[in-house]
Amino acid sequence: MKTLRDAWDWLTDPANWSGGDGVWHRLTEHLVLTVVCLVISCLIALPIALVLGHLGKGGALAVNISNVGRAVPTFAVLVLLLLTPIGKWGQGPTVVALVLFAVPPLLTNAYVGMREVDRSVVQAARGMGMTGRQMLWRVELPLALPMIMNGVRIAAVQLVATATIAALAGGGGLGRIITAGFNLASTAQVVAGAVLVAAFALIVEGLFEIAERLAPGWARGRAAA
Amino acid sequence: MPALNGQVTAPQVTAPDDCLARNEWICGKYLTTRSEILTDAVLQHLELTAVSVLIGLVLAVPLAVAARRWHWAAGPVLGLTTVLYTIPSLAMFSLLLPVYGLSAALVVAGLVLYSLTLLVRNILAGLRAVPEETRQAARGMGYGPIRLLLTVELPLAVPAAMAGLRIATVSAVSLVTVGAIVGYGGLGNLIYAGMNTYFKAQVLTASVLCVIIAIAADLLLLGVQRLLTPWQRGARG
Repeated sequence: MKTLRDAWDWLTDPANWSGGDGVWHRLTEHLVLTVVCLVISCLIALPIALVLGHLGKGGALAVNISNVGRAVPTFAVLVLLLLTPIGKWGQGPTVVALVLFAVPPLLTNAYVGMREVDRSVVQAARGMGMTGRQMLWRVELPLALPMIMNGVRIAAVQLVATATIAALAGGGGLGRIITAGFNLASTAQVVAGAVLVAAFALIVEGLFEIAERLAPGWARGRAAA
Repeated sequence: MPALNGQVTAPQVTAPDDCLARNEWICGKYLTTRSEILTDAVLQHLELTAVSVLIGLVLAVPLAVAARRWHWAAGPVLGLTTVLYTIPSLAMFSLLLPVYGLSAALVVAGLVLYSLTLLVRNILAGLRAVPEETRQAARGMGYGPIRLLLTVELPLAVPAAMAGLRIATVSAVSLVTVGAIVGYGGLGNLIYAGMNTYFKAQVLTASVLCVIIAIAADLLLLGVQRLLTPWQRGARG
């Protein structure tokens, strides 16, 4: 109980919230890293997945890449990147690692979503004389949207977690509060940092949950349908 | 031997020009000279993974069975496991620090919580997928609830449970490395130490070994699954 009270004291001390190592700065870093890398990952993964899904090619790659991503330790990739020339550009290794781990779930979910679109609907669209491009944008993409968003949600949660581990390899973000706490042998700070990270991750997950509930019926996940 | 002794007493005189000295990524000499610490790290890695996943499995089966039996239990069990899974690994280990201190138990406890999530979800999905007719047929043959569970429902849930077990094991192999923050990270310890000393061969070797362990564990469990579900062999081919 004493540790919890100490952690609470740490969190309520305004001195810990300001400055370069303060919570506000680390929180901003974490948020910026997550959002920027999510946008980059979507820009890389979604066009590939949509085209592959539309053409019905490269399925084995799109599905297996998730399994490969799971087997490779995030921490190892971060350290490997740190020791390459990329390690010299500040947040470079963190950004590259974050994108590498966010791409697989995006790719797999978007591809599976595209392939799970009812074939008879696609054939009806073709029968109506739609071109390939029209079918992709007006039929397949809207119907695949719930699965695509599911991938974005998994990727976002993954990004928050990976950004935290990045602190072990010298990256920024809320994880730095935890690693600094370990270096100072301050259990209170470690726990306080962990609470902040956990809350951040749960808020991100919660926002996606709310967005899904507010979405129009056709765009909701299969669970709601 | 003289070279080794010479290095201690008079360094720089005969600086060896090998891959270790040049700090290359791939270095055979690293493997031969550090085989002992590599073996120890691999063994710790395997032990942490195996213990965590086994404890996770032992806890997950009753939880999944309870969630299947009592509908009101399903919501809280699934909700709680989702929340646990959302918490990033570094934060999870840190939250357990006041309870376990800097110990291997901390890493195991964190990994158990992650495995639990994946296993409960998959076992529950497997139990729910057992066809109602099968259940009724077993009841008609006079099976009681316990016998039904042990000899019909759980065996039929094995494929889904094994899928969960494989994902949980592969994830655990990868997450053990984060345990390096408390000094119990198996190969992660070598990666962490290699990062601080810029030791490329050590970081690459340990990383590759992690991936090899993950793939080997996955294939091993696939083999176990084939042995446990002989009735599926013909159907797949």
